[in-house]
Amino acid sequence: MSSQVQTADGEAPQYYELVPQHHSAHGSTQIGFWIYLMSDCLIFASLFAIYGVLGANYAAGPSPEHLFNLPLVAVSTAALLLSSITYGFAMLDMEEGKQRGTVLWLAITGLLGAVFLGLTLYEFYHMIHEGAVPQRSAFLSAFFVLVGTHALHVTFGIIWLVTLLAQIGWKGLIPANKIRVQCLSMFWHFLDVIWIGVFTVVYLMGMLR
Amino acid sequence: MTNEFWSFIFGRLTWDVLPLHEPIVVVTFIVVALAGLAVVGALTYFKLWGYLWTEWFTSVDHKKVGIMYMVLGLIMLLRGFADALMMRLQQAMAFNGSEGYLNAHHYDQLFSVHGVIMIFFVAMPLITGFMNYVVPLQIGARDVSFPFLNNFSFWMTAGGAVLIMASLFVGEFAQTGWLAFPPLSGIEQSPASGVDYYIWALQIAGVGTTLSGVNLIATIIKMRAPGMTLMKMPVFTWTSLCTNVLIVASFPILTAVLTLLALDRYVGTNFFTSDFGGSSMMYINLIWIWGHPEVYILILPAFGIFSEVASTFSGKRLFGYTSMVYATVVITVLSYLVWLHHFFTMGSGASVNSFFGITTMIISIPTGAKIFNWLFTMYKGRIRFELPMMWLIAFMLTFSIGGMTGVLLAVPPADFVLHNSLFLVAHFHNVIIGGVLFGIFAGINYWWPKAFGYKLNQFWGKISFWLWNVGFWLAFGPLYVLGLMGVTRRLRTFDDPSLQIWFIIAGIGALVIAGGIAAMAIQFAVSILGKNKEWDTTGDPWNGRTLEWATSSPPPQYNFAFTPVIHDNDAWADMKKHHAQQPTKDFLEIHMPRNTGTGVILAALSVVLGFALIWYMWWLAILSFVGIIGAAIIHTFNYDRDYHIPVEAIAEVEDRRMRLLSGAQ
Repeated sequence: MSSQVQTADGEAPQYYELVPQHHSAHGSTQIGFWIYLMSDCLIFASLFAIYGVLGANYAAGPSPEHLFNLPLVAVSTAALLLSSITYGFAMLDMEEGKQRGTVLWLAITGLLGAVFLGLTLYEFYHMIHEGAVPQRSAFLSAFFVLVGTHALHVTFGIIWLVTLLAQIGWKGLIPANKIRVQCLSMFWHFLDVIWIGVFTVVYLMGMLR
Repeated sequence: MTNEFWSFIFGRLTWDVLPLHEPIVVVTFIVVALAGLAVVGALTYFKLWGYLWTEWFTSVDHKKVGIMYMVLGLIMLLRGFADALMMRLQQAMAFNGSEGYLNAHHYDQLFSVHGVIMIFFVAMPLITGFMNYVVPLQIGARDVSFPFLNNFSFWMTAGGAVLIMASLFVGEFAQTGWLAFPPLSGIEQSPASGVDYYIWALQIAGVGTTLSGVNLIATIIKMRAPGMTLMKMPVFTWTSLCTNVLIVASFPILTAVLTLLALDRYVGTNFFTSDFGGSSMMYINLIWIWGHPEVYILILPAFGIFSEVASTFSGKRLFGYTSMVYATVVITVLSYLVWLHHFFTMGSGASVNSFFGITTMIISIPTGAKIFNWLFTMYKGRIRFELPMMWLIAFMLTFSIGGMTGVLLAVPPADFVLHNSLFLVAHFHNVIIGGVLFGIFAGINYWWPKAFGYKLNQFWGKISFWLWNVGFWLAFGPLYVLGLMGVTRRLRTFDDPSLQIWFIIAGIGALVIAGGIAAMAIQFAVSILGKNKEWDTTGDPWNGRTLEWATSSPPPQYNFAFTPVIHDNDAWADMKKHHAQQPTKDFLEIHMPRNTGTGVILAALSVVLGFALIWYMWWLAILSFVGIIGAAIIHTFNYDRDYHIPVEAIAEVEDRRMRLLSGAQ
């Protein structure tokens, strides 16, 4: 094997890189963030597993068809899915170097996220008001924690987004900020995908039970 | 009114929770406090705080972070081992109506904290320390992908260790065993602070472990030197990659399941309770879906260390490199398909148990392939019986026996008899000590000269080696016998006097191991303080084969002045064979990350948060949580994170090395 050290054009082999290939300063950030998202995905996987096993244990308490308000969930789902589209527009504007457009679309994304969050909190408030508290049954524990963890992620996404808007305002669309917008984009779409799972498994299948 | 005020401030933390009625704990506290004061005093007297802060605590250099992990692991080893000695003494004494010297409350904490410390705060930091130190060097990189994250991860691990140590003196630790199964760990059965210490210490350390896993995967995937394809990576790097994949794919499950347990305890949800539809078996399933991969997280890097040691000290290429890589990957995948063998007695039926029993037995095939690879590497090699090689041979003998008792336990009907017995305890100590710990010792002896520039003392190393090996079998051989006779684990007193002799032998074994640890401490002290150091001026004291030996010992901050180009497996052996010479001029400035104290601050705030949650000091919990978020946001506003090492500085370091090298020849 080591006799094949010669390079293809017959030159003596190089053992040291004399002129370094230029590595991008953020070369690992996207894959690193992607791997982090997969770890987060496993947290949700555990919560889905819990919901799958315990989700029918009503303990003589309320069950999904008494609690869920599908039109309300449909509106909040629409808000979240729309926010993914608006984030996509922000990314397109960023690629073209349009700072104002980027900021505007990001702000709209954040507002839609806030609408989603508000509706989720309203739903929680409504359920708790009716006595369907997390302590009532294993089903409700699993429901509140699964949906609540997702909502918590959206909250962090919004905090991050606001921070990022401030940073874009301060430094502009410099490479360090661009990579952050890209990472938040992955985070935001990831939450969307998780929500599609929640919507299907918890709400739609819950109503079908 | 005042009472309400104080309970608002201090939550449930009162004078009564201090274990003043436990003389053993009080004496321990006094000793620890005095020793701590002595260390703090010495550091202050010699004005070392500034040095420690700027050169170590805030350092993002992967080599320094790695060494800090090792120091943490070795210190915690002393604590975990002290617990083990106390248990062995108790069990050797408590016969013929004697209660021994430990009450049940204390003893139950001991076996819980021993397991938690040994896995999370000894084995994990030591393994992570090696991966941090060695992987970037082996792949020809200048640091990890995310250097700040690396420093932060270390401090989170250290923060978890601080909470565990605090539980000894403020309140209590869990009395539930090391995995805190509900309903015993629920609020009704364990209302005091013990399980809460368990939960928050592991959560804080778990954040660090997960992030360091993300970091090292990204490093190995993105930062390899040109020419190093995946199948040209050193085996230690391969096993590290697989281990970190396992970390990222399993620690989130631990985080989730501990969060749910915390919610059951704090909020009153019903995940794992016995009523309102909860299921404690759900906890046991989930925690073992983390727990079994965890076993391989620990052992795979040890396999990697042994692979490096086997080929270096046999003076040849590793036998069956490709099969070694595939065996590692197969173990990685299979480790997810065996978790149920930890509770065959759950009652899941014959077909489920058969499936998990068979997958468990299948794991022994790739593991056996590895053992044969090491043996064939030695075959016809020029073997040098240096300390790392001795640990390799001890490992192969010890671990093979431990592996075979594992296969025995994988047979469900046998497991029904042996589960929860001392046979099981002997088995997992056999693989964890004989595999993980021996691997760590081999690694310490192997890479010490790289990290510090001189070899460890051989005489004391050999004494430590023999004491550990003899002590191990004296301590755990009897447990196999007792387990076969049906003695269950975690017992504090015994009725049958005929068993006592076995426990006395096991106790003597523990004392011999104590001698091994002492000899190791002496080995370090003699090597560090001794005048006749075996200085390594070449950077390659063992005639190594992988890239970490291509640079000086200790390596410069930037690791390699010129990034190596890889043409073959065992890149450094290949370079030596072709007389590759590093250029001595035309250096270019090197881009490096800047140190930061944010990691220390975030971890300290996390410890405060954990402590506040344990003692129900809600105001402090909210305050520290907001502090964590705030500090993290402030950190993101710092854009000035790197700098360039000027050419003159590099030339100076490299010239000094060249002079050393020419002096050595």
